[in-house]
Amino acid sequence: MIPKASAPLLEVEGLSVRFPTRTRVVEAVRNISFSVGREKVGIVGESGSGKTMTGRAVLGLIRPPGIVEARRMTFDGIDLRSLSEKQYRSIRGNRIAMVMQDPKFSLNPVMTVGRQIAEAYQVHTRASPSEAKRRTLEMLEAVRIRDPERVYGAYPHEVSGGMGQRIMIAMMLIPDPDLLIADEPTSALDVTVQMQVLAIVDDLVTSRGMGLMFVSHDLNLVASFCDRVVIMYAGQIVETCRASELHAAQHPYTRGLLASLPRVDQPKERLSTLTREESWKTEPGVDARVS
Amino acid sequence: MSLTGTISGGRRAWLSSRSGILKLGRLLISLAVTLLGLLLITFLIGRVMPIDPVLAVVGERATNEVYEATRKAMGLDDPLIVQFWNYVTEVLTGNFGTSLLTSRPVIQDIARVFPATLELATVATIIGVSIGIPAGVIAAVHQGRWPDHLVRLLGLFGYSMPVFWLGLVGLLVFYGKLDWVAGPGRLDVFFEDVVPQVTGVILIDSLLAGDTEVFANALSHIILPASVLGYYSLAYVSRMTRSFMLEQLAQEYVTTARVKGLSEARVIWRHVLGNVMVPLITVIALSYANLLEGSVLTEIVFAWPGIGFYITNALLAADMNAVLGGTVVVGIVFIGLNLLSDVLYRFVDPRAR
Amino acid sequence: MTDHAVPSSGRHGPLAWLTSDSPTSRLQAKCVQIYLGWLGLARNPLAMLGLGIVVVLILAAIFAPLLAPADPIAQDLTRRLLPPGTPGFLLGSDELGRDIFSRLLYGARVTLYIVALVVITAPVFGLLIGTVAGYAGGWVDVVLMRMTDVFLAFPRLILALAFVAALGPGIENAVLAIALTSWPPYARIARAETLTIRNSDFIAAIRLQGASPLRIVVGHVMPLCISSVIVRVTLDMAGIILTAAGLGFLGLGAQPPLPEWGAMISTGRQFILDQWWVATVPGLAIFTVSLGFNLLGDGLRDALDPRSAR
Repeated sequence: MIPKASAPLLEVEGLSVRFPTRTRVVEAVRNISFSVGREKVGIVGESGSGKTMTGRAVLGLIRPPGIVEARRMTFDGIDLRSLSEKQYRSIRGNRIAMVMQDPKFSLNPVMTVGRQIAEAYQVHTRASPSEAKRRTLEMLEAVRIRDPERVYGAYPHEVSGGMGQRIMIAMMLIPDPDLLIADEPTSALDVTVQMQVLAIVDDLVTSRGMGLMFVSHDLNLVASFCDRVVIMYAGQIVETCRASELHAAQHPYTRGLLASLPRVDQPKERLSTLTREESWKTEPGVDARVS
Repeated sequence: MSLTGTISGGRRAWLSSRSGILKLGRLLISLAVTLLGLLLITFLIGRVMPIDPVLAVVGERATNEVYEATRKAMGLDDPLIVQFWNYVTEVLTGNFGTSLLTSRPVIQDIARVFPATLELATVATIIGVSIGIPAGVIAAVHQGRWPDHLVRLLGLFGYSMPVFWLGLVGLLVFYGKLDWVAGPGRLDVFFEDVVPQVTGVILIDSLLAGDTEVFANALSHIILPASVLGYYSLAYVSRMTRSFMLEQLAQEYVTTARVKGLSEARVIWRHVLGNVMVPLITVIALSYANLLEGSVLTEIVFAWPGIGFYITNALLAADMNAVLGGTVVVGIVFIGLNLLSDVLYRFVDPRAR
Repeated sequence: MTDHAVPSSGRHGPLAWLTSDSPTSRLQAKCVQIYLGWLGLARNPLAMLGLGIVVVLILAAIFAPLLAPADPIAQDLTRRLLPPGTPGFLLGSDELGRDIFSRLLYGARVTLYIVALVVITAPVFGLLIGTVAGYAGGWVDVVLMRMTDVFLAFPRLILALAFVAALGPGIENAVLAIALTSWPPYARIARAETLTIRNSDFIAAIRLQGASPLRIVVGHVMPLCISSVIVRVTLDMAGIILTAAGLGFLGLGAQPPLPEWGAMISTGRQFILDQWWVATVPGLAIFTVSLGFNLLGDGLRDALDPRSAR
């Protein structure tokens, strides 16, 4: 087995993402600091917490008028802030990849699945089409798709949601990246299929020694799946801990989230609701880096 | 994007399925009804609207015998339904009557002039599409900045300019003042009837005959009217391309493509444009159809002997058979193009099968 | 647009009345809606430009006798084909010595006349057909829509030509021909709107109250289609003007000596190479007016239908 995270792959310090609009400036991410090693880190938050923007900022996908600032953003020693667009392109897909929520929308509808996956391989390796096809079929098998040849020639609308997400994973992992950002990868899937897809992600990430940044709104899911958990609220990190120590969380927001989950073994008369305090928005955030 | 494999596969699947045949049947019936309606309108225009329909056909200078003979042939004493039925059967056999001006069967005249309009409309569409699509893409990619404003402005002008005026101004500037192109007409008189007529499209016929001089002359004659007409196609196509592009650029698969590390150019021209082409094929077919309308006035300005020129001259000479014959033919082509655009959509979009 | 009587009992003044969140009468609610739509339109500079052009057109047509320096049909063969800028001939004179500027101004009347007649007839007819088809459904719908499709199967100008061939040249016949080819899009729009409204609760309620289908269609369904129709009309105006000019160019619209802009281009055509202004200037007028309507139409569409705002 791969040893636990030694040196962090991704180190972020003081990341902020702002969107100026006509009337005001929307601060999606406010001065957060965290790190991801070769481990599974879950980033949990509600909509508007800034969790998705964090992932996009790491990949350099935020375009003007959005503004991204960070005191430090390094990946494997490379300073991401100083990269030109061309240099960033050699990182995207190749070293850092991202799986998105709904394969119905995140796959190109007029291109066959096989072509899309092969393209992900060819853009970084300059392999021949036949070599790319071979690797694609291998990858489709690795995500446990039973009839890779048929799926290779299929269009995205011809496959089910679970299969589509597995195709997405295959496409993102085929260039063998070091870090995978998964942005709500199972939120659009049926519950039964969710577990299958997660198992595949777990398997691949662990066997390749990759780092995983798992973005979700589902605290339970993240807690059971990841090694570390980072809780975000209103653009800030309010808490961070090991997944196994989640029950001992300190911050009232986290405690509120935990308390509002129904539990079979602790039936209650009323489920508690989360009361949000304004002070959480103004308190300084927590540094979620692990050295 | 391997269209050919999927198209033939899709077509086979489509035709062989039972529902496919039913759909085809329904389509044909719908087509027949529309055609019938078209003929009904031209019939009404020809028989019911004029005060004296016989006079409209034979002209004022016809002798009494011709008048009476035509009156009998038109069967004006029969009930309208019978007249209409006769009209429909005549049209279906290609009998549009005889032209007053040329004394030849209208169908012959139309067969002679139609290729000229096809040539003009095709070259115009090629110009419009080859400039319009990139213009629309650039406008969408640079939305809100000056390329976008420029493209939209040019498009807006295209919706506001009278085509015959633009043609005249074009003649004034490029023929009169700059002498860059040839004047009105398809060929210099010197070159007329030099190459044998195979398709009726001079550009093709001259190439088939290997006569580059005629080809060059034909090209210099067609370039201005085709550009004028093409401008309207450009306005329409660029506007629609821009609109489709903007719609697609907001889709998630674009983010996926960027995440894969593809260059922006590849994202735009391979992934996004591939999706845009699906509705765009329809737009191009419709644009071609619209050009048929614009060609009427363009042909007048440039003395281009196409079907628009033919219908207008027939109109001015009160040659009813020719006018209605031309109208029916144009209407049929128009319907055909609309149908084509529907069918093309279904072939090009992998989801619509 | 904002011209209406303000109740003198208003404590806060006309502006507050127009922007009130809780209108007290249907009239006020309508006025508030119109005023807010106007504000949206006014924010768009291009739309305002379009509106300005249209207003200039209308004013030119109304005040032509006052603004025109010369009689538009008075010929003076000694002063033919004078270039623009010649004293007394701001935009030059045509081949019969008539002042082009004056003819343009009077030509505005002809243009407005044609446009107004078409706008009164075609959209109304189309609206009627569309709402009846949408509301009645069944074979009435099929037949009416089939008819609409057939008319749409012709390019507008070609069908107009065929109609004029049967009816003869003349301004009224041209209007009729254009109207007969312009109504189908309105029928389509009206039918689409009617189909969405048809099953609403308030229609069911009115039906329960015993309203006849005619009353429902005319009194309740049609008014709701009006705003889409208005937007479409403004966008169509340019096309109508261009088609009318095309017919005029072919000699089939307004007959001489009426100063119709398209006809002016036609007569000026033979002099295009040397006395270019005779044919070019009326074309510029047509272009400007069409552009104005297009800008206004685009602005109206963005203001009235926020879904299409880009």
